[in-house]
Amino acid sequence: MKLILLPEPEEPIPSLSVSHNQGLLQWISSVDHKQIGIMYLWLSVIFLVAGGIEILLVRWQLAVPNNHFLNPEVFNQLFTMHGTTMIFFVAMPAIFGFNTYLVPLMIGANDMAYPRLNAFSFWMTFFGGFLLYFSFLAGGAPDAGWFNYAPLNEYNYSSSPGIDYYCSGLLLSGIGTVTASANFVVTILKYRVNSMSLKQMPLFVWMMLINSFLILAAFPSLNAALVMLLLDRQLHAHFFSAAGGGSAILWQHLFWLFGHPEVYIVILPIFGIFSEVFPVYSRKPIFGYAFIIGSGMAIALLAFGVWVHHMFATGLGNTVNNFFAASSMLIGIPTGVKIFNWLATMHGGAIRFKVSMMFAIAFLIEFTIGGLSGISAALVPIDWQLTDTYYVVAHIHYVFIGGTLFGLFSGLFYWFPKISGRMLDEKLGKWFFWLFVIGFNTCFLVQHALGAMGMARRVYSYPDLPGWGILNLISTVGGFIMAIAVGLLVYIIIKALKTGEKALRDPWDANTLEWTTSSPPELKNFDHVIPVNGARPFRDFKRPDDADWKKNGQQWKIN
Amino acid sequence: MKATFDLALISSTQSIFDAASPQAEKIIRLSYGFLVAASGILLLVIILTVYITIRFSSKTNTVEPRQISGNSKLEILMVSFPMVLVVIFYFWSLNTINAINPDRADQKPDIIITGHQWWWEAVYPGEKVITANEIHLPTGEKLLLQLNSADVIHDWWVPSFGAKIDMIPGTDNYLWVTINKPGIYEGTCSEFCGQQHAWMRIMVVAQSPKDYNTWLTAHAVKAGLPLDTLARAGAAIFMGTSCSSCHSVQGTFANGIAGPNLTHFGSRQTMLAGMMDNNPENINNWLTDPQKVKPGAHMPRFIFGKDSVRELTAYLTQLK
Repeated sequence: MKLILLPEPEEPIPSLSVSHNQGLLQWISSVDHKQIGIMYLWLSVIFLVAGGIEILLVRWQLAVPNNHFLNPEVFNQLFTMHGTTMIFFVAMPAIFGFNTYLVPLMIGANDMAYPRLNAFSFWMTFFGGFLLYFSFLAGGAPDAGWFNYAPLNEYNYSSSPGIDYYCSGLLLSGIGTVTASANFVVTILKYRVNSMSLKQMPLFVWMMLINSFLILAAFPSLNAALVMLLLDRQLHAHFFSAAGGGSAILWQHLFWLFGHPEVYIVILPIFGIFSEVFPVYSRKPIFGYAFIIGSGMAIALLAFGVWVHHMFATGLGNTVNNFFAASSMLIGIPTGVKIFNWLATMHGGAIRFKVSMMFAIAFLIEFTIGGLSGISAALVPIDWQLTDTYYVVAHIHYVFIGGTLFGLFSGLFYWFPKISGRMLDEKLGKWFFWLFVIGFNTCFLVQHALGAMGMARRVYSYPDLPGWGILNLISTVGGFIMAIAVGLLVYIIIKALKTGEKALRDPWDANTLEWTTSSPPELKNFDHVIPVNGARPFRDFKRPDDADWKKNGQQWKIN
Repeated sequence: MKATFDLALISSTQSIFDAASPQAEKIIRLSYGFLVAASGILLLVIILTVYITIRFSSKTNTVEPRQISGNSKLEILMVSFPMVLVVIFYFWSLNTINAINPDRADQKPDIIITGHQWWWEAVYPGEKVITANEIHLPTGEKLLLQLNSADVIHDWWVPSFGAKIDMIPGTDNYLWVTINKPGIYEGTCSEFCGQQHAWMRIMVVAQSPKDYNTWLTAHAVKAGLPLDTLARAGAAIFMGTSCSSCHSVQGTFANGIAGPNLTHFGSRQTMLAGMMDNNPENINNWLTDPQKVKPGAHMPRFIFGKDSVRELTAYLTQLK
């Protein structure tokens, strides 16, 4: 097989003149995409534990009616920090961690286009997160919920500095997110190995390309809103204060114009992960490669036209509501139909039940539940009943956990051998899988009912109404089962890093370029890259007789 | 006035499935329709997932599978089937919206409800009645509620009546409701509004038009004078200290507007927006240290002596 010489960059980029193995200094000064990717992932684990402890305290308080375990002030800070942490400092860094690590490897590049910018992006996220958490020591954490509605976020109603830290922490990390996305766009468009056309890119890379544009367009709205809020709080501007001529509802428009695309920002890369996992463990190509890319683009465009479905109850009028109901239901189609793409990918395959694949299969059902409850919230009259209740809490967790987190776990078990050079224990991994899935459904399934029974979200206490106590208790038990599962996961990871079985170059018989490198890859990823003639270059290389590009004539047709 | 309360009713009027108005009934029909369609889709996904994972396990399929990478016809079908469902439910939802929320034109509201941190104020235009937290409404009439906020965003939600609607500072929002039959209907503030969001519960007392008018007449009169020396002493404290600068009691000097109107406080079943029963013991605790009873509430702690608290309690319980 003829090997093709690499395009730019030919040299690995040294970490600020530090040679190998300088310990912590090596990590801090690193501009290597693999090290930065790993740091993103660890950052996300640290914040997962922090956000998890916060919500365990919240669930403990809600376990029984009229509980006095937490006072409302602390309770409100905890649930605010839980939401903010999980979205901005767990989901985002985890996604960026996988992407920063894998995108260059999957396109046959030796690093990101702008390695120093890459390090800058990570450290902005890092310091943004810790600045947010510093608020606990500085007089109180933010306490107005993760979407931080005006005018409750104004100085008059929240005079502790928490919300100032919310603004500055999210601004910092937001800048990091935007620069990282610019970096991905350039890397993916300009640094692919010469022979890889756009139509041959792995779907994981495709989703990240679409996602980067989504981030570039969505984050400015959040950053602008945060600056306006800081001006309101610090310099007595009146952007969001009705009494001063501003508008409380303006915050909601600006926030959700970012916030709804954000939901897709944390799910599109997950679709990318599953589009790698399903084919590998089914030993078949993805069903409808072009369809998945097209629907990804459709989601990215529609994502900017659905934000008012968070605001159906604000009284914007029937015409506005009907428009956004239509767009919100439409976006469900490209999102939901992918479930059938993955089912069709498995159909006729030879499925291997590795932990990664088990999370992928469970995702199909959990995400369908979250998607369907989402559609019910796009139906305005149903939303009028159920918005801001526990029904919505259940919905977002079926999407964020059943979707995003399951995807991240699936990706972790799939790529961990490549990243660390060690195998994760499959047997313990299956224990983790079942514990987590059972805990998750125990915790959140009953919350649909609680919402329909009239329980509003974000209450620190509730009256002893029929059924409320027992359902909340079940939910709390589920939450603690999930916590035990996450503890087990941390143990599995540490055990693997210390004494895990050494990973081979290609333990899963995979299809894409990252598996052609050693496990873990050298500082310089590739000396040579195998020829790319289709979306599964490594499989073509391993099975030259059955190569995709040999079928249907010279070029593999996507159909 | 004949007491129409029956606290046992409360528990049966919580869920969105206990519709007590034509508006809520329409939403429930749509919800059931959706539930059927959604269950069908979920069932399909579950069956396919289980079938495929069992049938195509690598233990039974040892040879390299056929490398099928797509099928245009199937993909078109996968998009068009949900598209049909979307169109059906979109128009169903459209009809429901129009029925629930018709154009208001120039109609004046029947009741104006204002959300405060953390209590409800109800003003009955054309009547001299202002009340708090326990809101009386007549049955059988199509009522137009106007919803406002005095501070942050709150949300009016009584599940049995149907839609919820936000109360936004600087904005007038409206909601139609026709209550089918008398009863007590509970709801809650449904937009996070700060520390005591949890204890901003709604109690609506729906009465037949006749009972409702009796109630209105009874509540349009000024507060009764304190009957005994204890209550008279309480009234003197109430008027002499800062109580009167935040609370109103019609027929007295007390005309503050920051806190709930207390003219007929003694006739309410619960206090602090549904947080506890309205009884002397709870009033006593509340006046002794409000921040201990409802942390964050805007009622400051006045260092009243025990006797003063007892006198104030006596006065407040007599305000019927």
